[in-house]
Amino acid sequence: MSLLELSDIRKSYGDRVVLRDIDLVVDPHDVVCLIGASGSGKSTMLRCINLLESVDDGQIIFDGDDITDPRVDVQAVRRRMGMVFQAYNLFPHMTVLRNLTLAPIKVHGVSEDEAVEQARALLAQVGLTGFEDAHPDRMSGGQQQRVALARALAARPALLLLDEVTSALDPELVGEMLAVLRDLAVEGTTMILATHEMAFARDVASKVCFLDDGSILESGPPQRIFEAPTQERTRQFLKRVLPD
Amino acid sequence: MSSWSPSVRELERRRLRRTAATRRLLLASAATVAFFGVITWLVASSPGWPVVRDSFFNLDEARQAWPSIIKGFGLNVVMFLIAEPLILIVGAAVAIVRGTKSPALFPLRVVAVGYTDLFRGVPTILLVFLLALGVPALNLTGLPISLFFWATVALVLSYGAYVAEVFRAGIESVHPSQIASARALGLSEGQTMRHVVLPQAVRRVVPPLLNDFVSLQKDTALAGAVGVFEGLFAARDYGNYHFNFTPYVVTAVLFIALTIPLARFTDWLGRRARQRMFAGGGR
Repeated sequence: MSLLELSDIRKSYGDRVVLRDIDLVVDPHDVVCLIGASGSGKSTMLRCINLLESVDDGQIIFDGDDITDPRVDVQAVRRRMGMVFQAYNLFPHMTVLRNLTLAPIKVHGVSEDEAVEQARALLAQVGLTGFEDAHPDRMSGGQQQRVALARALAARPALLLLDEVTSALDPELVGEMLAVLRDLAVEGTTMILATHEMAFARDVASKVCFLDDGSILESGPPQRIFEAPTQERTRQFLKRVLPD
Repeated sequence: MSSWSPSVRELERRRLRRTAATRRLLLASAATVAFFGVITWLVASSPGWPVVRDSFFNLDEARQAWPSIIKGFGLNVVMFLIAEPLILIVGAAVAIVRGTKSPALFPLRVVAVGYTDLFRGVPTILLVFLLALGVPALNLTGLPISLFFWATVALVLSYGAYVAEVFRAGIESVHPSQIASARALGLSEGQTMRHVVLPQAVRRVVPPLLNDFVSLQKDTALAGAVGVFEGLFAARDYGNYHFNFTPYVVTAVLFIALTIPLARFTDWLGRRARQRMFAGGGR
């Protein structure tokens, strides 16, 4: 059974339609990369899946539940998803450790000791052992983004949403972040990424969706999208972003 | 690195900086002496100065009025110390209520909006009159009739409305992305407010809150208007019997002495916040 299924999703802000006729199926262990120009609707799509935005039409089925039903328990849905934002959005008034243990303790009812232990393990996983008591403002962008990733993983989400997580990073910091994501993909974490990292999409994705002006113009395995795109718009986009 | 010693050029630069600093200090001292010297001379050479000095700056009168004034001023301090924590509680509660979205809390939101509109609009001294003279006149059993009590309540209600708005501004200044990321982690509306929004909001509103408290310290003198024997009332009482204004000056000095530490503290906090911002890394 698929983990996530979007059908006929439509979303607009006022008169501007930002998503139209979106269909997408995500199976467990899938790594879906959403590619496309800025403003093509990638971020909005992730925000709709996480229920930070409500859709205007269509249906999203997550783990067998219709999460677009107004009666759905929004918090219960989010407990099973993790989201990482482009601008990190760490809590600046808390230490790294507190950032990582807040949701496990307050939302998932994990004991303090267990949450701390788990947070330390996650920090080791993203290569930040020793930063437990640091404040986010004192860390580099790459470090903050890895803390944000660890924070999202702390809830052991069934689905991880990553919104252009490397866009605000220096080129050399992008590498360390992508390495961590690659490990997660190998471990079988199901994720959807909005990304501009074409090399990453080509190597790691199980499925690539090209968004243009709010609709998925074409999707498929990375080899097909990158080697043999069928749409003229996809060809143009790839020509612009890929170094020959 | 350890063998480094400043070059001749660097030593020369340091010497130049020292000379410039000395010159600035001398200029500042000369300007200050000249400025205050001229003002003192203008006041002291005015034809009415001997009379003013006797009626406003009379040391004997000050000494005689002192015990009664300092006793009254104690009431100002006590009133301030009681009112301040209550104001913080009222202000925070009203601000939080205004930020809620639950439909069940709609009536509370109406009350909160009405409260701020009403008590921010009424002059504080009017509120002191209405409560301290009006409520005891109702002759309701169980209600206190102490003037001190009702004057304090008036200050709490008036300042509570101001402080609520300060808190609300702080809450609204927390970036929506912070709320989005807290909600994305599964935190409820209440948990987001308590663990993410409020701690950041409170930090930001500390300087304006302290400013309101400096103002509150002075406004405790309004209680004198209904006959509470506080500092200003004691001064007026003495002055009326001795035809001398020195007690007013004494009271003014006491109020200044009380507010200056808080004002300096506010400055220091503001400076620290700015330094943090310029140090970079802050958001």
